[in-house]
Amino acid sequence: MTDLPVGAHGDAHSDAAAPAAPRPPQGGSQGEAVYLYGVARGLDPAALDQVTGVGGAPVRPITAGDLTALVSTVELAHYGEQALRANLEDLEFLEATARAHHDVVDRAAHAAATAPVRIATIYRDDQRVEEILTRQREQFTRVLDRVAGRSEWGVKVHAHPEAYEAAPDPAAPDGGEQRAGGGAGTAYLHRRQQQRRQHQNAARHIAEQAQAIHAELADHAVATRQHPPQDPRLSGHQGTQILNVAYLLDDEQADGFAAVAHTIGERLPGITVEVTGPWPPYSFIDTAETTPADA
Amino acid sequence: MAGPPQGGGGANLADLLERILDKGIVIVGDIRVNLLDIELLTIKLRLLVASVDRAKEMGIDWWEHDPSLSSGARAKQQALDDEENGTAALREENRLLRERLAALESRVLESGDDTADGAADDDEADNKAGSAPAAKRTTTRRSTAAKRGTGGTSTSKKRSTGD
Repeated sequence: MTDLPVGAHGDAHSDAAAPAAPRPPQGGSQGEAVYLYGVARGLDPAALDQVTGVGGAPVRPITAGDLTALVSTVELAHYGEQALRANLEDLEFLEATARAHHDVVDRAAHAAATAPVRIATIYRDDQRVEEILTRQREQFTRVLDRVAGRSEWGVKVHAHPEAYEAAPDPAAPDGGEQRAGGGAGTAYLHRRQQQRRQHQNAARHIAEQAQAIHAELADHAVATRQHPPQDPRLSGHQGTQILNVAYLLDDEQADGFAAVAHTIGERLPGITVEVTGPWPPYSFIDTAETTPADA
Repeated sequence: MAGPPQGGGGANLADLLERILDKGIVIVGDIRVNLLDIELLTIKLRLLVASVDRAKEMGIDWWEHDPSLSSGARAKQQALDDEENGTAALREENRLLRERLAALESRVLESGDDTADGAADDDEADNKAGSAPAAKRTTTRRSTAAKRGTGGTSTSKKRSTGD
């Protein structure tokens, strides 16, 4: 990771890099900048006591009206343009930043309605953040209205071999007709074809089950967003991930939702249902919710 | 909200990254990071579920072999993909067909020049085997052995790349 040759990124990024933007003056403390995690509404600043952000720096509030920006100081040596471009490709750096980012947003989200901003949103100084809070007030308010009193819950559903075995049998295996004249190779191919057909049938059955599970859960949610299935080689999870969905729930819905999810797992053979949360409403921040470049 | 905060430490990295990397309000900061780069990274990280340590344990080191980061890795990746996508099944089929061919050939050899009746249920294999029986038999035996060797090598290679 850290020994990744610098030249290796250089190639990949030289043409993708944004055209040299006017480099902002680095005001405030030399070599430092302000990392913005998210914006909360009606947050008691005491909720941020003892909270640390990226690089272990203390998180502090910047307020404008009822909006509170969650920020901490970062060093440009790590979070400057050049450094970030390389660092974000560094998995360890990325993981540390993502976890710190999440931790801050999560702490705030447990205390007040909080809208996360995208990872690595960085400003020159506190004053710039205050300007943004004021200028983008309408946008933040719109997002916060949508997520206030709600949390995101993740559901991953896995199908195990028993689930495939529980699928209804496909059409009876073909008779001896295709075997005629076949030796070991033909029999082998025939067997494979048979297996493939059975597998396709079971997969279809499982996919239908996944949709039914999703529909049942969605009845108990305000909004849903599907994520692509995660790769089993890396997750280490057993079975096939047949559903990976985020559900936005009113806080009152959470208990009922968890119960339904649990029941589904109990009811269906070979199907496991894993629920994670509450998450800050990451998956329900409309990504079209972008703002034009700042002045 | 009931329950303790999930906290960054506890969350599965894949769950976390799929939520954090390409989501959240986009506001243009003073430090301009190329978001496109992050989004490209996101696609790669869709693969990533375990912790970094676990990924390393499993030999997942795409940052060293990633085609978009290193042109040398590109060709290698292509070869690996091809191999993983279909060659295992083909290899197994090949092996079985070769065994079958070898069996037919030995029958042909045992029955001497009279090959016509020996393997009536497989004309193609029969014709090939009939053309040069002795040479063919050694060749087949050698290539079967080579095939097995290839299979073994490939299995260990796969394991080392995390498949």
